[in-house]
Amino acid sequence: MLGKLSLSAIPFDQPIIMGAVAFMALSGAAIVGGVTYAGKWKWLWTEYLTSVDHKKIGIMYILVALIMLLRGFVDAVMMRTQLALSYGSNQGYLPPHHYDQVFSAHGVIMIFFVAMPFVIGLMNIVVPLQIGARDVAFPFMNSVSLWLTISGAALVNLSLFLGVFAMTGWTAYPPLSELTYSPDVGVDYYIWALQIAGVGSLLTGINFFVTIIKKRAPSMKMMHMPIFCWTALCTNILILGAFPILTATLAMLALDRYVGTHFFTNTAGGEPMLYVNLFWAWGHPEVYILILPAFGVFSEVTATFSGKRLFGYTSMVWATMAITVLSYMVWLHHFFTMGAGADVNTAFGIATMVIAVPTGVKIFNWLFTMYRGRVRFTTPMMWTIGFLVTFTIGGMSGVLMSVPGADFLLHNSLFLIAHFHNVIIGGVLFGSFAGLAYWFPKATGFTLDERIGKAAFWCWLVGFYVAFMPLYVLGFMGMTRRLNHYDNPDWRPWLVLAAVGTAIIALGIFFQLLQIVVSIRDREKNRDLTGDPWNGRSLEWATTSPPPFYNFAEIPVVTGRDAFATAKEQGGSTRGAAFHDIHMPRNTAAGLFVGGFSLVLGFALIWHIWWMAVAAGLGIFVTLLLRAADGNTDYYVPAAVVAQIEQGHS
Amino acid sequence: MGRKLRVGLRGDAMRLLRGGVVLCLPVLLGGCQLVLFDSKGTIGIDERNLILLSVGLMLLVVVPAIFMALFFAWHYRASNDKATYAPNWDYSGKIEAVIWGVPLLIITILGVVCWQSTHALDPARPIVAKAKPIHIEVVSLDWKWLFIYPAQNVASVNEVAFPVGVPVRFDITSDSVMNSFFIPQLGSQIYAMGGMDAKLYLIANAAGSYYGESANFSGSGFSGMSFKALALSDAAFNAWVANARRPSAELGTTAYAELAKPSENTPVRYYSAVDPHLFGSIIAKYMKSGMEPMAQGVANAR
Repeated sequence: MLGKLSLSAIPFDQPIIMGAVAFMALSGAAIVGGVTYAGKWKWLWTEYLTSVDHKKIGIMYILVALIMLLRGFVDAVMMRTQLALSYGSNQGYLPPHHYDQVFSAHGVIMIFFVAMPFVIGLMNIVVPLQIGARDVAFPFMNSVSLWLTISGAALVNLSLFLGVFAMTGWTAYPPLSELTYSPDVGVDYYIWALQIAGVGSLLTGINFFVTIIKKRAPSMKMMHMPIFCWTALCTNILILGAFPILTATLAMLALDRYVGTHFFTNTAGGEPMLYVNLFWAWGHPEVYILILPAFGVFSEVTATFSGKRLFGYTSMVWATMAITVLSYMVWLHHFFTMGAGADVNTAFGIATMVIAVPTGVKIFNWLFTMYRGRVRFTTPMMWTIGFLVTFTIGGMSGVLMSVPGADFLLHNSLFLIAHFHNVIIGGVLFGSFAGLAYWFPKATGFTLDERIGKAAFWCWLVGFYVAFMPLYVLGFMGMTRRLNHYDNPDWRPWLVLAAVGTAIIALGIFFQLLQIVVSIRDREKNRDLTGDPWNGRSLEWATTSPPPFYNFAEIPVVTGRDAFATAKEQGGSTRGAAFHDIHMPRNTAAGLFVGGFSLVLGFALIWHIWWMAVAAGLGIFVTLLLRAADGNTDYYVPAAVVAQIEQGHS
Repeated sequence: MGRKLRVGLRGDAMRLLRGGVVLCLPVLLGGCQLVLFDSKGTIGIDERNLILLSVGLMLLVVVPAIFMALFFAWHYRASNDKATYAPNWDYSGKIEAVIWGVPLLIITILGVVCWQSTHALDPARPIVAKAKPIHIEVVSLDWKWLFIYPAQNVASVNEVAFPVGVPVRFDITSDSVMNSFFIPQLGSQIYAMGGMDAKLYLIANAAGSYYGESANFSGSGFSGMSFKALALSDAAFNAWVANARRPSAELGTTAYAELAKPSENTPVRYYSAVDPHLFGSIIAKYMKSGMEPMAQGVANAR
């Protein structure tokens, strides 16, 4: 009846896990109780859970990212404290069975459920506003994407107290991830969490690609778009090309595990290295899927807070395009040590280095945007300057590893760990935080507390260097990744130092949470009444903060780049005076149901509960069928109502 | 020295660049044991030099970039009225040429370095030396390393020895999941994969005991997969072989099946004799595609 599931799947004997479960249950209960006490269920349902408004969906994406950041960070703290302790006769407090799940979950969570939802959330909030659109091309599909992502995240967390998570590392290389070597449900949690979230990401890719191509204000040419829209466009092109590879690869791994095929097994003609190739054929574009939107944020932030047009716009566009194309052609640099031969390794090594050229150009474009500007040191700008310095170092260590001869020494070492945290924290995360601080007033109507925001920035920056520079050193000392215990006395002080760095980052995260709480408390004081708190340059600042649900009463007319800055200079307004009926999509709970059924489907597949899987699959199908048959999915906002709303604002 | 790393751009500038980085490192990292910079083999030394050269080349653009990031931000701060303010200045052909040109130039040089070094340092490329290479077969198991000496007819677990100054040819496979065979102080690592025979040539220039490890996560016993690599004088190596022969334990099918069972933190042990077909049979095990290998099928038909 319940497949492989039994009470023994709950790790009652693991105090750390049960503590975490209790904490999560209490937090959940507190949220449910709070909403009930405040009588906000109806509001939550109509304003958020069933919303197809891109701004609301964006906010929910970012909430998911922030919550999962806490979970992923707890994993990080556990790893760093384990390694600070587990030297010599001390085995630390996390045996391999638990530790291996922790580092696997950390990677999966940070990439799929922090970085992805964060950048997708920012794109959701900003892209339609920047191109003068009223919503994305497919608002309902957008809601489905969100709920699929949440469903994937829920599955990963479920593995905490029902069964285990993968003990394979976040890449789940076979043959280790095959049934022979990983017979428990850990890898199945990995497969289905990623499959469900991955479909969500693919739908986002389709949605935003079409939105940017087709939904721009009619007068806005491609070369008028803010750079953030360009980077979003390229990111979504990458998603369209790369995510199907991940889906197919995980499907093959699932077939190996469920029906006994031999795509990636060690035996019977299986080819584990095929998985490694396919995984990185998705995985390398994936890192650019994450970093390109961050590059877009930095472009917007630097221009705004330097009070200046972005330097080398055309260069930026071409550099972004070049990175997009090149990122598909470098996947083999993740495994030079497979022994593909000198010619193959050289080709991929040089292709990788070439990416440094457009990336370097971008860095210099931001520098020359500050040049002859009037730089205001707001929180978003601080993150940007922190990024410029940090990312340059991370880029250098990356190019170093693109030289196969150097990679033969550094591959899989803590040097590699330092490198990709250097670019993902220094690039993606700093970019996301900059974007959060920059667009927070647009999404909510009030600014974040600057003083606490800067404290958070300094803790993150210092904490990052203290936590990760020692890992570069440890890489040079020959320490490899994913070790649970070590005997080398020379490694110890550096690992302790790295743990101290993690504590400093924890302080930064504390300040970020405090910042949100204090800012909500002081929201009346920090209200953005103008819609343009930073003296911005692009169209999102032309409407109110938060924008009305239809974004623009009248679709703006764009005659060039920096549309809003130009309008301000010329003293004109992009807000219209005459009002028309506005065509808008209706809210729907269908996305929520698709996500809910997907969660049940994933759960059923993991535990081999076949009747439940069939039922959940039918649930998804029927929900989509009903939605497709529903003729009442849109409506018109009458001009009189628009006029009323607009006059209320001004 | 066919194997020696030949970098085309060997000018004084390059040497100065590399020297500069070498001089800075001890100051920055004084006192700690950076084994990758304390290489004891030709391959490792060449790879270390490659790292230093590449870093030096990149610093040419990285240092100015970091300096500009800090200086521009500070100099053009909003409160500095004296700094030029040009809000509509957004293009300069000269600057564009430099910011595309300089990185392109450096990457071109690095590309040449990459081409030459990758071919020179191909792990499967034999090292040219007077001494005839010694041959060692390596099998990664759950969770230990087996070293087989076909010529000496001995085997060892979690300890490998070879004469100093003699090229070592490792043939590496796995009888389990993937691992990576790595002796940091001697040079290149390479994956150990089931059904594959990965070749790796290394040489030790100085006698010593070097730390070896698996550099690819392979499951719960992974942390205990370290081994000692002993680079010995000829006499000491012969003594090591003689010592390995002492226990009178043969590594045949049964003993191997026993050894291959998963175990953690496995102590060093020796085998006085080895089934000569063992290594081949471990590889062949993973090459069957559900059918009998062709050669064997033909043999059976007879």
